[in-house]
Amino acid sequence: MVQRMKSDSGDNSTGMPAIDVQGVTVRFGEVVAVRQVTLAVQPREVFGLLGPNGSGKTTLIRAICGLVPVASGSIRIFGRDTAHEAERLRTQIGYMSQRFSLYEDLTARENLEFYAGIYGLPAAMARTRMDELIALTSLGPYLQRRTGRLSGGTKQRLALACALLHRPRLLFLDEPTAGIDPVARRQLWDLLFQLPAAGITLFVTTHYMDEAERCTRVGYLYLGTLLALGTPKELKELPGVTPPGTRRLQIMAPDLADLLRQLRHKPGVYEATIFGQAVNVVVDARLSPADLGIAGMEVIPSPPSLEDVFVALSRQYEGNSGNPSGAPIAASGSPTVLRPP
Amino acid sequence: MAQFPSGTVPRLPDFFDKMPRESDLSFDPERERRRQTWQRLLAIARKEWLHILRDPMTLFFALFIPIVELFLLGYAIDTNVRRIRTVVLDQARTQESRELLRQFVNTDDFRIVDEVFSDAQLSEAIVAGRARVGIKIPEDFSRRLQAGQTAQVLVLVDGSESSTAGEAVNVSNALALRMSLQQVLGQRPVPVETRPRVLFNPDTRSANFFIPGLLVVMCQMLAIMLAANSIVREKENGTLEQLFMTPVRPRELMVGKLLPYLGMTILEFCTIALLMHTVFVVPIHGSFWVLLSLALPFFLTMLGMGLWISTQASTRDAAMQMSMGTVIPSIFLSGYVFPLDSMPRFFWWVAQVIPTTWMIDASRGVILRGAGYAELSLHALILWSMALGSMVLSTARFHKQVS
Repeated sequence: MVQRMKSDSGDNSTGMPAIDVQGVTVRFGEVVAVRQVTLAVQPREVFGLLGPNGSGKTTLIRAICGLVPVASGSIRIFGRDTAHEAERLRTQIGYMSQRFSLYEDLTARENLEFYAGIYGLPAAMARTRMDELIALTSLGPYLQRRTGRLSGGTKQRLALACALLHRPRLLFLDEPTAGIDPVARRQLWDLLFQLPAAGITLFVTTHYMDEAERCTRVGYLYLGTLLALGTPKELKELPGVTPPGTRRLQIMAPDLADLLRQLRHKPGVYEATIFGQAVNVVVDARLSPADLGIAGMEVIPSPPSLEDVFVALSRQYEGNSGNPSGAPIAASGSPTVLRPP
Repeated sequence: MAQFPSGTVPRLPDFFDKMPRESDLSFDPERERRRQTWQRLLAIARKEWLHILRDPMTLFFALFIPIVELFLLGYAIDTNVRRIRTVVLDQARTQESRELLRQFVNTDDFRIVDEVFSDAQLSEAIVAGRARVGIKIPEDFSRRLQAGQTAQVLVLVDGSESSTAGEAVNVSNALALRMSLQQVLGQRPVPVETRPRVLFNPDTRSANFFIPGLLVVMCQMLAIMLAANSIVREKENGTLEQLFMTPVRPRELMVGKLLPYLGMTILEFCTIALLMHTVFVVPIHGSFWVLLSLALPFFLTMLGMGLWISTQASTRDAAMQMSMGTVIPSIFLSGYVFPLDSMPRFFWWVAQVIPTTWMIDASRGVILRGAGYAELSLHALILWSMALGSMVLSTARFHKQVS
């Protein structure tokens, strides 16, 4: 660990990925929780991993951290194999789990002190860092309170402070904003976005599309398989999301429910969902508004949202489920989808 | 490569940039490693101590229950059989029959609660539970006595309470024998006489027998329960997963957790010993320090067992039940209540592998018989071996789970 500090402290220019996952499969007995996942996360990225509940997001994080053994494949963190050096890598990794996992019967300060001790920080350094992180996360007024009595947002900020005490170069956040109010969610993200500039790489799972939009790159995990990987913009431009010969439209109408019923019975309408004051549809590009029975209504072309992307990818995967997985995923940067439509 | 576009990154506060990196650690790796080990260990010990202090239920069970039990065993319970409820059917109604009944009462083992007038009433009194013993003196009692024939007395004993029944049978036999001897010998001296002398607990006080055992059993329960809760609680709360993400080593975690539990157990041990000595005036004939030093490996054994349970169980309830499962045999088979010598061979051997058996024997040895290391060296050897085995076993189990 000491050697590491001397050799490559603060140096991320070597081009070595922060996380390099190659063909990783995780099994629990007969169940394949993660199937042939390959992905790389570059230093200072904010990488978002999305996917429905039970898709294997948490398992993938645990595998990357060396907490769950992998059945096949290799995982490197900053060039070190986690299968052999998981313990040495602990000082470089920070982790905020899905559940709040600090000690609720201890005060906020006692939790911070505990983690400072666990990471072996010398007293003077522990004090400085605690003060800095308390200021950063605005925890000052809550230090003497039992952690169990703090609000969800405050708990998460405390958990973040605990996870940052040892200055990790890589921070895993498993659904950090699940179940906290929108203001607290915004506050937490404002905090998180300061970290890449300090040389910290973030690996985040989330269900919120607005959070996914703010990530530098996003991976979509479905039933243990990584279906897509790329920047949000790249994912929206995937051919599978708006297949050739179709287009996405947004139709404003006074009676949305009625319109939705009509549209869903029309041939050439592949998808129709209510979105706010409008109905979003994916239709055959050859159909005119008159064909759709929406002549006279306000119709504008609508670009797909990330949610549209994931819905489309999941449907295609289900449709092709006879097709065995394992198709290679292209290197990061280029948009990929496992099953082109 | 899709880097985070730098224009949108909020400016970091200056202090974050200035946080030290290279100068984070001193540069003697070996010394640094040792220092960190101690620091982690103390951080865990402190945290566990805070858990204990902030969990009122644990504190309550740890301190209050033993004291209640101490008072129960010290004041309420007397294993010596006295004043057995007795009904009498005296059909002779002579001077001799009245003399016989007086002798029964004078032993203080019997207390005549009623007189009945038929065999049916006599057995009814026993079946109904109004009396444990029924004495029937037949009509011809005095006549046969004077004629030199065998005079019979019927003693009905309710066997549903075996210790009472045994005592009643023994005492009535002894009474009959003494009367017979007086008849035969007249004024001549008794040929053989036993003079029993009870060593170490001359008054055969029950408290003296129970409390040294209670001392051991209470500390055992506390140690097992504290340790059994320790890991499983963190499993349930998800904090163990968080800990596994840190550089803490299994052994540091284990020792760090056990230190405060050991402290609590020693505290309880001293408290009960103090109450035993001052309130219940049980004399400590040996050295308290010898006793404490023998108790140390016993505590470690129990903490190790608790920790092992904690790594096995997946919920706190399961851990509690498993702990109770270990406590029960060590109450019934350890000699705490029931004497080992009267156990069947098989159970006697089972008792020998229960650590509590050795500790209770050592505890009574030091407190009542004034034994020291010389007499208890075997106990010390066995208890330390058990402590070692228990620690090794729980560490081995624990290691697997961390990796």
